[in-house]
Parts: sequence; structure tokens; C-alpha cells
Amino acid sequence: MLRILGKIQRLGVITESLVARDEAALAQIGEQLRAHVGALFGGSLAIRQVDAGSCNGCELEIHALNNPYYAIERFGVHFVASPRHADMLLVTGPVSRHMEAALRRTYEATPSPKLVIAVGECGASGGEFGVSYASCGAVANVIPVDAVIHGCPPTPLALAHGILQAIERCPSR
Amino acid sequence: MSASDWREQLALSVESAWPEPVPGLAPARLLDVNAADWGALARAAKELGCRWVAGWGEDGGKEILVNACFEKDGAYVIARARVDHAAAALPSHALSYAAADRSERHTRDLLGIHFSDHPDGRRWTRHQAWAENEYPLRKDFAAAGAPPPQTPPDDSYPFLQAQGSGVYEIPVGPVHAGIIEPGHFRFQAVGEMVLNLEEHLGYVHKGIEKIAEGRDAVALARLAGRVSGDCTVAHTWAACMAMERAVSVDVPERARYLRAIMCERERVANHLGDIGAVLNDVAFTFGFYQYARLREDWTRLSRALFDHRFMMDRVIPGGVAVDLDAAGIDGMREQMRALRPEVEQLIAIAEDNTSIEDRLETAGYLDPALAREFGTLGYVGRASSMGFDVRRDAPYAPYDRLEVAVPIYHYGDVAARVKVRGAETLVAFDLIDRLLLDLPPGPITTAWQPPASEVEGLGLVEGWRGEILSYVRFDAAGKIARFYPRDPSWLNWPALEKLMRENIVPDFPVCNKSVNGSYSGHDL
Repeated sequence: MLRILGKIQRLGVITESLVARDEAALAQIGEQLRAHVGALFGGSLAIRQVDAGSCNGCELEIHALNNPYYAIERFGVHFVASPRHADMLLVTGPVSRHMEAALRRTYEATPSPKLVIAVGECGASGGEFGVSYASCGAVANVIPVDAVIHGCPPTPLALAHGILQAIERCPSR
Repeated sequence: MSASDWREQLALSVESAWPEPVPGLAPARLLDVNAADWGALARAAKELGCRWVAGWGEDGGKEILVNACFEKDGAYVIARARVDHAAAALPSHALSYAAADRSERHTRDLLGIHFSDHPDGRRWTRHQAWAENEYPLRKDFAAAGAPPPQTPPDDSYPFLQAQGSGVYEIPVGPVHAGIIEPGHFRFQAVGEMVLNLEEHLGYVHKGIEKIAEGRDAVALARLAGRVSGDCTVAHTWAACMAMERAVSVDVPERARYLRAIMCERERVANHLGDIGAVLNDVAFTFGFYQYARLREDWTRLSRALFDHRFMMDRVIPGGVAVDLDAAGIDGMREQMRALRPEVEQLIAIAEDNTSIEDRLETAGYLDPALAREFGTLGYVGRASSMGFDVRRDAPYAPYDRLEVAVPIYHYGDVAARVKVRGAETLVAFDLIDRLLLDLPPGPITTAWQPPASEVEGLGLVEGWRGEILSYVRFDAAGKIARFYPRDPSWLNWPALEKLMRENIVPDFPVCNKSVNGSYSGHDL
């Protein structure tokens, strides 16, 4: 136990202000996120992530948003287990035909108003997989999409930025 | 018995000629087998103590080729039978090898081979996107297919049923509660005790094998890098190795070393992240955040050195896309100097913690005999006495010049799988150190030449999940005619069903994470 406490104390807080690392364009994403989440979602943006056919690369980076460097929860953004609790769906693709019905049902189970973000090149356009007997391609081919985050996979910072942009454009409730 | 003996015996058992070396298929040899002897072949291989490695088919135009790969003592054989399109039937290997079960069902669903005495007649990869009598991997099936406007849900899969007082069923997925890939798990339980777990996968089937057809080498490498994003380096390496062997392209020494460095970095990143995730599943959040921190540090250096956090598309046909300079080498060494004591400390903290011990030890026990039966790979195998590691047992450059320590445990539980991954992380540090020390000078690519005639090639790489097999065939125009990547998850997913029995339902997340099969790598 002493070792655990010692390690925690020696390490201190490593969570970065996103400003410190990034180019001007991404400055203060976090604070803006917090402000918008505060105004639009009562201080708490609940995201349901749906892997609709991804290679799992995007999932690794979405996971990273929760690591202590990015710690996206501090801005009021958190991931929930049920679409019924969600304000936003973060969908990775391409949408495989075998996931098509599950994605539609997840969308229907999410209460309105809701936002959908297609994540990654595959979610945006079908990417390397395109449209085929097995793939519907872009997320927008299956459910309405409000915003797209490019990248293969998008970095955690690009994800945070994309989430912010999507809610910035969101009409106030 | 020497490695060559068993191959001769296997050939004799089905009255075939001594297996021929085919340049692109080294280290495997090709054994042509009569279709009627296909079942006898598997029985003989089992008798000889061979491991079932992979099975795949191919529409060869005039006939359909069916392949099965076996390994023993680091030597490989690819057995091949030929059947007619009209009467595409063969005996099954699943009666001898449980590991062949799902693979044959996949081949049946996609290529229309009927495995006559297969113990399980249910479909596997096919859900509702194409009809039962359509076979996407047949050459007369267009990649676009003719899917319905909306693909219906696959809600009629005949799961095993359990009956009795107090027995109930828990359906989970395909959309899971966490940020993970989709698949369906069907539990039969009494109280908290799992009587049986059955997996239903195939939800992220993206037609990888089909859309590989007609690609050139560069485009195939990109696709291979997206078979399973978390092992993009290893899959791309295996596919490039197969293509390079097929066309006899010699990769520069420096490129081989850089591939291995990236592959070891990928191993470390995933081990760090997953050990943390296992600890998170038993509510040891300290461990979760510490390992997540180390993984992020590690990933950021990959981005700085290779310009991509996961080093995607950095292995290319003929070499690698990024070189490493002296500053990069120093940076990597410096990071490992700092990281090693941290990892050692975290391992010690977790091992001394009685509440972790209570949750991880004996949980998700995979009997070594069962691990052998299923041919489990990587850390799942190595936690249950299965020592096989391609880097050591069938070494490819540059591992043929290195000593690869392979940690093996015998307890077969979640704790053992975590221990293997901790030990492998430290071994990877040693290997990277060695690779950096010996890094030869010179070019990092060689000019890629598309083949002028039909050739085939085999790649075998030890990814962080275990042995990856990658098979390619080029057509006469130099384009891909067949690509089959066999992710280690094919062999580890069935083991998860077995190791969950008699565990409590709430331990499923930690048991699942301790195996961490790839859905995408499996569903293709």
C-alpha cells in the first residue's frame, strides 16, 4: 500500500492542459468543450461508442481519451454503456452489413435530440473497405450523421477536437 | 524425431510424394493430397503430434483448392486437396482437430466447400447479408454482391440450449457496454455460475479476403494493416513477407531490423494497455491508470519516431517507409531505461496485492491439455504450458540472429496470462535493445517487382497475440488472386468458451480481457 501511495505522490498529476501540446488551431479545446457541454448538455455529455465494423484501431484511440493525459471526463464528456443514456453516438466503421441492423437499433434506442459522429476514414467514407457484399461503407449510408472525424485512426486530440466541433454546431436546446 | 521425419511420415500416410519445397512457401512444404485421403491426413497429423495451424480454400478457376497447414518442431506443411466446383466436398479435419471447426465452417460459408462429416452443421461467418447458396469467394461472385436494401438482424442463430430448474440465459451483444468490438455471447447460467458460454462472431465481417482480389502489392499491404488495427505492424509484416517470398524479393537488412523493432514496440504497447485493462476489470484503478500512462508515453514516442502512433503503413512491400536516425535510437533507449524499472515496480505491486491475487488466480482456468487441443497461441497458450513462438521455433530474419526468451507458465489462469504479458514486455525491451545495437546500415527499401507469372507465398510472424499466418497468391498479371490472413484469435476464441465454464458471470469481462481476441482479425 505504501508503495502505491508513494508512486501516486511521486508522480503527481500528469494530466495535460491540451493547450500546452498543441498547435494554435487546437488551443483550449478542452475549455471550449467544457463551456459548450455546460451550456448545451447541462454540464455532462454522454457518449455511446458503437463499433459498427472497425478494424479496432479507432477504438484504441477512443480509449486513450480516458487515459490520464487526456482525461476527457474532466470536461464533462463521458462514455456510457447504454444508448438510452446517450446524447451522442460515436460510430466507427465501415458499417459491416452484419452490424447494420444493430447500428440502426442503437440509433433508434438513443433519445432525441441526439448527435451522431462518424469516426475515422472508414466511418467517413468506407475507407480501405468501401462498399461491398459485406460492407455498407460510410456510417452516413445507414444512419443520419451530424459530423465526421477523419484520420486512420484519428488521434485522441483529433477526436476531442471533432467532438467539440460537433457540439459547437449543435443548435441550442 | 527430426523435423523432416514427420513430414515424410505424413506424406507416406496418405501415399503422397515427399512434400516438395515451393520457393515462396518456405519454411512450409507443399503436400498434394487426394481429396478422399483428406480425413486420413488429419488423423495421421494428429497421431504424429502436429499442431493444426490454419485452413483456407481458394477458387482456382478450374477447380477449388483446399489447404490445411500443420506444424511440428518448427517445420510446416501445407496440405492441398483439389475438388470440383460442382461436387465441392471433403472429409472434415474438425473430428481430429477442434481448432479446425470454425475455420471449416468459414470456408463453407464463403467458398461453398461441404465438409461431409463436420460435427457442427451451423453457419459461422455468414449472417444475413448473402444467401445460403451464394459463396462470396467464388470467382463468379462479384465483390459488390447483391445485398438486400437493409440487411436483417441475425436473430435466428441456433444457440445451444440448457434446461433445468434455475437455469437461465444471458444474451450479450453485439453492441457491448464498453468501448470494444462487436460480437455476441450467449451464457447459460445457474445463479452466478456459468454453465456454458457460446460465442457468435462474424459481426465485423468486412469481406477482406474478397476485396483483396485484384489489388497490387502496396494496396494489399494497406489492407493487411487493417485486418486488426491493434496488430497492424505484425499483419502487414506477415503479408509483405508472403508477397516478398512469392516474388523472391530480398528485403534490405536494415529494413528487417526496423520491422522487428516496430513489431516489438507494438507488442509492448498492447501488453501495457491490456495488463492495465485486466486490472481495471477487477477494480484496481491505480494499475489501470499507471499502465495507461506508460502505454501513452510509449505510443507518443512511436508517433515521434515513425510518424504514426500505431506505426500503420510503415511496413511496405520491399522494406519500411521510415528510417530511424541516431537521435531516434537514443530516444528509444532512454525511454526504455526509464520505463523498465516502472514496469518492474508495477508488476511487483500487482503481484503483492492480495485482492488482485484473489480475483485473478484460478479465474478463467484453461487446462494445458485443452490449450493443446485447441492449439492456442501467444500468451493464452504460454500461460497454459504451450511454448510455441515463431520467433524462436521457426525464426525469420532478424530473429534468426537473436535469442528470444519465451516465458511459459502452467497455471492457465488469468493471473498466468497477465504474468506472461508482463514478462514478455521485459523480453521485448531486451530485444529492442539488441536490435538497436546491431542495426545494420544501408537502404530501407528495395525496388518492388510485381511477379510476371502466377506465384504463391507464405508469411509467418509472431505478433503480440501469437503466430500470424498470411497466404498470398499473385495471378499472371501480378495482382492478388488470393489473400488469407489467419489471426491468432481464430485459435484463442474457442478457448475463451471453455475457460469461462464454472466461473461466475461477473468475471466474464476480466476473463475475456485476459484472452483479448480480435473480432476484426477473426471476422475478416
